[in-house]
Amino acid sequence: MAELDNLLASREMILVAGSGGVGKTTIAAALGVAAAQRHKGRILVITVDPARRLATALGLDEFGNTPVRIDPKAFVAAGVKVRGEVWVAMLDTKAGWDELITRHAPDDATRDAVLANPLYENITSRFVHSHEYLAMEQLHDLHATGDFDLVIVDTPPSRNALSILDAPNRMIEFFGSRLLRWLTVPYRSRLFTVASKPFYQVADRVLGSRFLQDIADFFVLFQAMEGGFVRRAKEVEALLRDPRTAFVVVTTLETAPSYEARYLARSLIERGMSLGAIVANRVLPAALATSAAAESAAALLEHADRELADSVAARLDAPRKQVSSVLEQIATRFDDVALVAARESDRRSELADLAPALLVVPWLEGDIHDLAGLGALAGHLRNGG
Amino acid sequence: MWVTGKGGVGKTTVAAAIAEVAARHGRRTLVCEMDAKGALATAFDVGELGFEPTEVAPQLFAMAMNTEDSLREYLRLFVRIPLLGRIGPLASTFDFVADAAPGVKEILGVGKLCYEVRERHYDLIVVDAEASGHIVSQIGAPKVIADLVQVGLVRDQTQWMLDILDDPMRTGVAVVTTPEEMPVTETIDLLGRLRDETGAHASAVIANRVLPAMFSRREQTVVDRLDDAMDLLVDVAGPAVATVVDAARLTETRRSTGADHLDRLRQWLESSGDVADGLPIITVPELFSRGSGPRVVSLVAQALTDELDPEPPSGAGRRG
Repeated sequence: MAELDNLLASREMILVAGSGGVGKTTIAAALGVAAAQRHKGRILVITVDPARRLATALGLDEFGNTPVRIDPKAFVAAGVKVRGEVWVAMLDTKAGWDELITRHAPDDATRDAVLANPLYENITSRFVHSHEYLAMEQLHDLHATGDFDLVIVDTPPSRNALSILDAPNRMIEFFGSRLLRWLTVPYRSRLFTVASKPFYQVADRVLGSRFLQDIADFFVLFQAMEGGFVRRAKEVEALLRDPRTAFVVVTTLETAPSYEARYLARSLIERGMSLGAIVANRVLPAALATSAAAESAAALLEHADRELADSVAARLDAPRKQVSSVLEQIATRFDDVALVAARESDRRSELADLAPALLVVPWLEGDIHDLAGLGALAGHLRNGG
Repeated sequence: MWVTGKGGVGKTTVAAAIAEVAARHGRRTLVCEMDAKGALATAFDVGELGFEPTEVAPQLFAMAMNTEDSLREYLRLFVRIPLLGRIGPLASTFDFVADAAPGVKEILGVGKLCYEVRERHYDLIVVDAEASGHIVSQIGAPKVIADLVQVGLVRDQTQWMLDILDDPMRTGVAVVTTPEEMPVTETIDLLGRLRDETGAHASAVIANRVLPAMFSRREQTVVDRLDDAMDLLVDVAGPAVATVVDAARLTETRRSTGADHLDRLRQWLESSGDVADGLPIITVPELFSRGSGPRVVSLVAQALTDELDPEPPSGAGRRG
């Protein structure tokens, strides 16, 4: 349908968000393929943690922050017609942080001291939601190069999808926090600051002054980079609200993910960010939830051990007992699936109220792990309004 | 008992169910949600869980971890300095240090749990732990601290925690998965990382939402050819019967794809040597409920009981 094509044509950046396990990475890659099917130009998909076979299909055998183009011949071989170029990059948090430090360090000595600090790796992998922040840094970076018409980012799985939206501000707050200032005041004089005294006494007892000193040393180095970091974080924050940016929220129609998706969608709207579409992934066929199907199942159960079994057995030249058992199984087990489908259709309408477009992707056989599969998925997305 | 797994596999429900099984068998059980998302409160249908355990069923207590409360308790118990009243406004400050100093936040959570084990307040503590991406840094926090922090109380406190965490008789990790590609792959990665980066022992793999087989192999050939007799079915059950047959095929395809993933997991477990030597895969069937709440917890608890111990607990009735 036109909704997705319009979205892919009108925006320059798309952030794909949602809770873990809903197929976010695959949808992000398929959005890239969908864009290339419809439009010329250079499309980049930044993925976070693709399943190995999907990564291989995307040509991501060697992970790195440098985009790699998917070989057009591979698309031809997979029978997927694309007009544009599809590039992919895999987010490498460690390398991303190293790049940031290198960029913002005022001099080589500071850079080397930070990179060599024993706490550096530990701290960057934990604090202020560094994965989320880096995903957006990358987006900003690659967008700023002007090399791509459309950049699609598969956001990292996080406990709370909102932490993605808050990551840049957290980075800004981090540099502005009183504690950072306390920590970076020379250790001796700090002891005389009345306000910080109780805290330091406790911290001293608990953590040990040596460790505290290690942390302080690290943050003194880090503070030297404050200007650059804060400026970038502000740019990244602005990019999230930029009219050229849209969010695509991916979910399944199970309880927990769709609850999270609704929450995320509402939060995006509240924050003045642009919700482009919600993708409902792995959806059972709506026909399963109809009363006609339920009545059919009931009738089938009723006749499973009657003349129907005889006639079907004769037609298929199969033992009657097997046929009757098969018909009974099909009829009884239908209720389970129908129940799930009914609940799904409920959630589907709840989601449809929230997004300008609800793209429904049917449950597909097997996991998607090649370009042909991505092409098929892209087709579903484009037709799935 | 740490319960972890990829996001979305039903970790919280399984943790709640394990706790329920233990409590029904008369063991005083604490179940603790580590990531404070409120999923555990939903599982038991109680308003909100806090740091102070709530008795949600006889012998079954539930709490939500809060590192600040944990720090407060720790300071009260171990650091006798008369400053507690003045730490209050420094909550955000604490948050910051805990974020910045590697392992501090984690060790406060892990420390609280280990403390409960050491003090024998409960017979069993079930941890609804972080998703598999984070569990290693959580359970490995005492080791990280021991490596990084040279002196101080925290450092002194790590050894007794490691003694508890590394003892397979006292601590086990149950990894929950679903029969799908990514959860199975993540389970395999996690089992390797648990061995390499922590001293904790994996004690079970729980395959959740496993579809039972519908047809025998010979019945399957009938199903495959059923289209040839569709007109006969339509005569009796109406045209929508095609949808009913499709539903069965869809379910069967999902089942067999899932079974392939579980086979891959089983093969890996068998060939992994010391990582998962003899680790069982405990199967919980698909309940077709797709919800969360006491009913599902109860059903999963029943499934776990059936799988682990075919004899019902004496004197305990089924809840539901």
